[in-house]
Amino acid sequence: MPEPVQLTTFGVTEIEAQQALDRVKVRDVEYADLYFESRTSESVSMEEGIVKRAAKSVSQGVGVRATAGEKTGFAYSDELTKRDLEIAADTARYIANSPKGHSNVPVPTQRRPTHDLYPIEGAKAEVATAERVALLNEIDAEARRYDPRIKNVLASFNTEYKVVVVATSDGTLVSDIQPLSRLQITCIAEDGENRQVGSFGGGGRVAFAYYREDNRHLGYAREAAREAILNLSAVDAPAGVMPVVLAGGWPGILLHEAIGHGLEADFNRKKTSAFSSLIGKRVASDVCTIVDDGTIPFRRGSLNMDDEGTPTGCTTLIEKGILRGYITDKLNARLMGIPLTGNGRRENYQSVVLPRMTNTFMLAGVSDPHDIIRSVKKGLYAVSFGGGQVDITNGKFVFSASEAYLIEDGQITKPVKGATLIGNGPEILTKVSMVGHDLKLDNGIGTCGKDGQSVPVGVGLPTIKVDEITVGGTQR
Amino acid sequence: MLEKTTMPTSANGYAQLAADVLARAKTCGATEADIVVADGETFSVQVRVGAVDRLTKAREKRLGLRVFIGKRSATTSTSDFSRASLDRLVADTCTLAGAVVEDDVSGLPEVGHMATEQPDLDLFDSTVLDTDTQIDWAKRGEAAAFATDPRVTNSEGAEFDSSSGRVVLANSHGFVGSYKSSNFSLSVSPIATESATGGMQRDAWYQVQRKFARLASAESIGQEAARRAIRRLGARKVATKRVPVVFDQETAGSLLANVCSAVSGYGLYKRASFLLDQLGQTIASDLITIYDDGRMVGGFGSRPFDGEGLATRKNTIVERGVLKSYLLDTYSGKKLGLPSTGSASRSVGESPSVGPTNFYLVPGMKSQQEIIGSIKEGLFVTELIGFGINMVTGDYSRGACGFWIENGELAYPVEEITIAGNLKHMLKDIDVVGNDLVFRGRIASPTVKISEMMVAGN
Repeated sequence: MPEPVQLTTFGVTEIEAQQALDRVKVRDVEYADLYFESRTSESVSMEEGIVKRAAKSVSQGVGVRATAGEKTGFAYSDELTKRDLEIAADTARYIANSPKGHSNVPVPTQRRPTHDLYPIEGAKAEVATAERVALLNEIDAEARRYDPRIKNVLASFNTEYKVVVVATSDGTLVSDIQPLSRLQITCIAEDGENRQVGSFGGGGRVAFAYYREDNRHLGYAREAAREAILNLSAVDAPAGVMPVVLAGGWPGILLHEAIGHGLEADFNRKKTSAFSSLIGKRVASDVCTIVDDGTIPFRRGSLNMDDEGTPTGCTTLIEKGILRGYITDKLNARLMGIPLTGNGRRENYQSVVLPRMTNTFMLAGVSDPHDIIRSVKKGLYAVSFGGGQVDITNGKFVFSASEAYLIEDGQITKPVKGATLIGNGPEILTKVSMVGHDLKLDNGIGTCGKDGQSVPVGVGLPTIKVDEITVGGTQR
Repeated sequence: MLEKTTMPTSANGYAQLAADVLARAKTCGATEADIVVADGETFSVQVRVGAVDRLTKAREKRLGLRVFIGKRSATTSTSDFSRASLDRLVADTCTLAGAVVEDDVSGLPEVGHMATEQPDLDLFDSTVLDTDTQIDWAKRGEAAAFATDPRVTNSEGAEFDSSSGRVVLANSHGFVGSYKSSNFSLSVSPIATESATGGMQRDAWYQVQRKFARLASAESIGQEAARRAIRRLGARKVATKRVPVVFDQETAGSLLANVCSAVSGYGLYKRASFLLDQLGQTIASDLITIYDDGRMVGGFGSRPFDGEGLATRKNTIVERGVLKSYLLDTYSGKKLGLPSTGSASRSVGESPSVGPTNFYLVPGMKSQQEIIGSIKEGLFVTELIGFGINMVTGDYSRGACGFWIENGELAYPVEEITIAGNLKHMLKDIDVVGNDLVFRGRIASPTVKISEMMVAGN
């Protein structure tokens, strides 16, 4: 168990924090919190065979928030003096109808998060820039060795070391240290006039040693190179409605876009989601059970606690096709009278808390992945994707394949160029007819954007068959 | 215990701070260095269904440092301006720079190339609005949307933002530049419901101005937002087919943003652009002329000097379909054997990159109505979603919604469809450019028509 981080790390005493909370929590304010954050980010990147860029950024500050009814008052400051806390407190409480009244904020008691999901010591250990440079150099060599048609390798290694302390008006004072890193590789392949791209990456809340275990970094390099070379021979993608088999792992982005965002409590409280009032209703076929689980050790989307100090959990979103629950933060759980799931997240001290996903995935089914492919006469087998997006209100979502193949008479045949798949969130999972026994979580590359805030997330999927979805290619 | 210092209150104070940090970097072994300091205030209020939903207020500051030790360089940033923190930052930066590999073309621009004059481009408005005035703007915008039509039943809210800030850039050549800017914006996002089916549609409208007095009325924004949400009700899929596609100003702007990325020097020297080796070649239809003008008075992307301290200017990017210039900073220019175009953009914690200033497509003669009126069957696109653009190959496949055109009229709204093609061909297939250019951001385009694209639906 990590030792709790003391507020004095931020140059603030517990009494000052308590006084700031007292100041925010006037009578009309139901809840207030202070979020102290210090973040150090480092990156090295390589292109054209040389590691030419290194960067480091340090930021520190506090976000002060008050909620009253549906209202949120929020202020933040990168200065942490008593005076700055007071100014922020006065701004945050502006949403109260009256700045009066006294409420006794209990003295916060320092506690540790209940989970211990990631290696603080390993992440804290300084890794010399030279070691990161060596890692990228080996990646460059490996990708070029894979095939002489690889003409450029772009690779970057990013780490983040984040220390947070949350003090709340309900008497909690809790801290966490959240390491995060990611290795990303893009290869450009050229064959005459034909130029293609392939990407691969991974990471998580892991220490540097993770990337060298079993030469994982070289495996990433070969994957990126393989995808780029494969795309040199890709044919134009088909257009229209057809069966699509999604491979396990990162294609779980389907769940994130099609249903995950739609089940975030804020949209449902406001009744702006296509899933509003569908709890207890069928939204997927009975082979689909989907969870959001923030407690898987070392995963990119995992957290010991959310950004309101609530321990993360595993929430069943869809059970055998029936919509079971939403993911919540304190504000929305309180207003909707539903359980708090530990999904209150924020990008940094400068942003407000929103209900957000952690690691969202479908549980394994019983089908053999080969049988799933064999069951398709003419369709698409999609293995890897770029990004996706959803319109919460009408439920329409898209996600774009970066590696895909035609399936013809039950066989995987030609690779096809990237194409966007488009569907309707509340409908698409009712068309899932087979779920493989091969659940895979993604490698740790996902970043989810909502309301201008980015947070790291994970997804996962077994091989599944979607009986019909619109594929946005160019060929009839 | 952290050391605390008060923030300098003038650009001069920051210039002094910058000079101190630059001097310190020299003593740590830096041969060249530059520094960016940005600070600002932001206010944001979000109103939903008539009540304040969220109110945010903050003042922030950040300092970015880039050092060169010979041909090695590193970049760092911090929000802590205390002496101890900045000393540590300088030392860290020099250590980092020592750890990377020499890069022959790295370095500051040449001394003689730095901007010598800094014109006032009228980017700043000193108006300070009180909280209640800003709440009132958001409330009036949303209320107007609700009042427009009973089918507007819900709302994602209305948001009023105001921000102002200052940027100071200084380097070891002795260049010091600074400018202030401000923004005022209102956006309204209503939700309309179709009573028969319960189907919901959301849309939004917004405006941004550098000067508060130039904002159109809150009511006009709310009404337009409502009109856009209501017109989407009853949207359906269409059959898969090839048809002419008209992009409205917003979605045509996204095509132009794709062109902007493709002409960025960084994508080009990495061989990651579909416009590689096309300088002087015809890349688009002869109706296409594109400028990037950094000196437009009051422009959203205007700045007196770029992210490296070079003078901004008006660059001709495409002239009658011929690619005339890339967007380059010193580094990407050297990689391609070309001079900088004054297009360096700089976010505080990063080394310079390339970005648009006011990047726009020169308008043509036809109105949007005339363009739609000329089409027997086709698609009018009003929104694009997803990331289905491959900048290396130009392959393009995105989710779309909009309206089906039949006999020159908008017949019905459509959704859950994709449009696909390849940007190389799409640019050449633009056969009409509208007359309706309006600057609502750094990238702006009039309506355009592409002669044919694949629309995938049923």
